[in-house]
Amino acid sequence: MIAANLPILHVIIPLIGAPLGLMFRRSPAGAWLLALIISWVTLADSLALLLIVSGGEAVSYEIGNWAAPWGIEYRVDMLAAYVIVIVSGIGAVTMLYARQSVEAEIPRDRIYLFYTMYLLTLSGLLGIATTGDTFNLFVFLEISSLSTYVMVSLGAERRALTAAFRYLVLGTVGATFYVIGVGLMYQMTGTLNMADLVDRLPEVAETRTILAAVAFLTVGIGLKLGLFPVHVWLPNAYTYAPSVVTAFLAATATKVAVYVLVRIYYTLFKGGVFETLPVDEILLALSIVAIIAMSAVAIFQTNVKRLLAYSSVAQIGYMLIGISLVTITGLTAGILHLFNHALMKGALFLALGCVFFRIRSVNVDDMAGLAKVMPWTMAAFVTGGLSLIGIPLTVGFVSKWYLILASLEKEWWLLAAAILFSSLLAVIYMWRVIEVAYFRERPAGAAAIGEAPLAMLVPMWMLVGANVYFGIDTDLTVGTARAAAELLMGG
Amino acid sequence: METVIGLFNYWIVIVLMMAGFYIVIAQENMIKKMVGLSIFQVAVFVFYISMSNVFGGTAPIAAEGFTLYSNPLPHVLILTAIVVGVATTALGLALIVRIKEEFGTIEDDRIRDMEEHGEESEA
Repeated sequence: MIAANLPILHVIIPLIGAPLGLMFRRSPAGAWLLALIISWVTLADSLALLLIVSGGEAVSYEIGNWAAPWGIEYRVDMLAAYVIVIVSGIGAVTMLYARQSVEAEIPRDRIYLFYTMYLLTLSGLLGIATTGDTFNLFVFLEISSLSTYVMVSLGAERRALTAAFRYLVLGTVGATFYVIGVGLMYQMTGTLNMADLVDRLPEVAETRTILAAVAFLTVGIGLKLGLFPVHVWLPNAYTYAPSVVTAFLAATATKVAVYVLVRIYYTLFKGGVFETLPVDEILLALSIVAIIAMSAVAIFQTNVKRLLAYSSVAQIGYMLIGISLVTITGLTAGILHLFNHALMKGALFLALGCVFFRIRSVNVDDMAGLAKVMPWTMAAFVTGGLSLIGIPLTVGFVSKWYLILASLEKEWWLLAAAILFSSLLAVIYMWRVIEVAYFRERPAGAAAIGEAPLAMLVPMWMLVGANVYFGIDTDLTVGTARAAAELLMGG
Repeated sequence: METVIGLFNYWIVIVLMMAGFYIVIAQENMIKKMVGLSIFQVAVFVFYISMSNVFGGTAPIAAEGFTLYSNPLPHVLILTAIVVGVATTALGLALIVRIKEEFGTIEDDRIRDMEEHGEESEA
C-alpha cells in the first residue's frame, strides 16, 4: 500500500502538513517539531524512491487513478529521484538547525507561519521534480515561488520586503513565460503529458511555434534559476531573507529550476533543441560571463551573505556550462554539481546563520577575530569555502574535475582555463572572509560571545561532513549523476 | 486581411501582453507594476482560451444534438492559472502595504534611493 504510493507521498505529506502548521500559533516549538518530523519522513520517502529507481526503471503514478494522457501523471526517474533527495535532504538538515535560528530572527507570533510556508515550499519544490505533466509543473512552480516570496519577506530588515516584492515581479514574469511556452507546445501537440510530448514534439520541432516555445521556456526558467543577466532578484533576496531561508533556498530552489531546464532540453526535446536553436551556445556564453563576472563582483561585497549570493550566480554558471556542453561527461558534471553545490552552499549559509545568531551581523568587518571565539563555526565556514573553491578531498573538487574533463573532451582549452580562473577568484573572495576571521584581533570592547549552540552546530557539521565524505567517496553521487546523464542522452 | 481579421484574438493577446509587460518594466509605482503584471497574465489566459476554440463548436457541455465541442482542457487550465494569478496579486498587494508602512512610499525609484542612501550612512 505504501510502496504503491511512494511517488506521491513526499509531495502530499508536506502539503497536508502546511495547514496543520497553522494550529501552532501559540507554540513555535510545536510548529518546528511538525516541520522537522515531516521533513524527515519526506527524506525517508525520497531515499526509498531513489533506491527503487536506481535500477534504471522509472516509477509512474496516476493521480486519482486517471490514466496518463487524461489525468496527471507523476513520474520519478533517476534524475527526478536524485533532485528529490537533494531537496528533502537539505530540508531535513536545515529543519534540524532551524529552531533557535528562527526564534532569534523572526518575531515569535509569526514563527508558525514561517514553518507553514516552509512546508508549502518543500511540497512545491518536490512536486516540480516529481510531476510528469507540464502544466502541473507550473502550478507547483508557483506554489513554491509564492511561499518563497513570503519567507523572504520575513527577514528582519525592511529591505527584505522590497527584495521579496522585486522577486515576486520577476518570478511571476518568469512563470508566465513558462506558461506561454507550455501553451505553444500544447497548440502544436495537443498534450501536456511529458511522455506524450516526447513522442509528438519531433514532428513539429522545426515549426516556428515550437521555436518560440523553446525561447519562452528558456527565458522563463532562466528567470527562476538565476541565469546570469536575469539574476538581479537573487542577491537581495538571499541577503535579506532569514538565515535558514537563505540556506534552504540557495541549496534547493535554483537547483530545481536547473532540473526543469534539463527536463525540457533533454527529456522533452531529447537534445534536438540544440540543433534547431543555438540555446546551448547562448547558455554557454552567458555562463562563462557569469562564472567570471559574478565571482569578480563577489570579491567587492562587504556583506558576506551577499558575497555568497553572487557566488551562487557564478556556481549556477558551472551547472549550465555542464548542461550546455551536450556530452555525457558534461551533463554528468552539471547534474553532479547540483548536488555538490547544494552541500557547500547549504553548509556556508548555515555557518553564516550561526555567525548572525551570535553577533547579529554578517558584515566582513564585524567578523574580525571570530575564529577565536567561534572555532567550530569558522572551521565549518573554511571547509565549505575550500569546497566552493574546489580543493581536493571536497565535493567542489569532484564537480570541477568532471567539468574540466568534459571541456577537455571537447578540446575547449579556453573553457577549462576560464573555469580555473573563476576558481582563483573564489579563492580571493573566500580568503577575504577567512583572513578577517582568523588573523585579525577581536576589536576591544566587543561583546563577549561564545560558540553557537550545539543544536545548530551539529546539523551544520552534518553538511560539512557530507562535503568531505562525498568528496572522497564519489561512487554514489557520480554514479547516480552519470547514470541519469546516460539515460537523458541515450533515451 | 486574413492575418489581421482571422487572427484577431491573437493580435489582442500580443497587444495586451506587451502593454502589461511594458507597464511592469516602465512604471515605478508598485501598484501600477502589479496592474501591469495582471494584464500580462490575462493576455496569456486569453491566448489559452483562444486556442481551445473549435470552429462551429459549442460550449463543452454534454447535451443532445450537439457533437462538436470546444476543447475544455485549456479552460480548466486557465481556471487554475487565474487562481494562481489572484494569489500572486494578493501577495503582491500585501507586500506593498507593508512596504508603504516601512518606507512611507511605494515609488520604486525613491525606495531605491532610500536603500542606497541607507547603505552609505551605515558604512
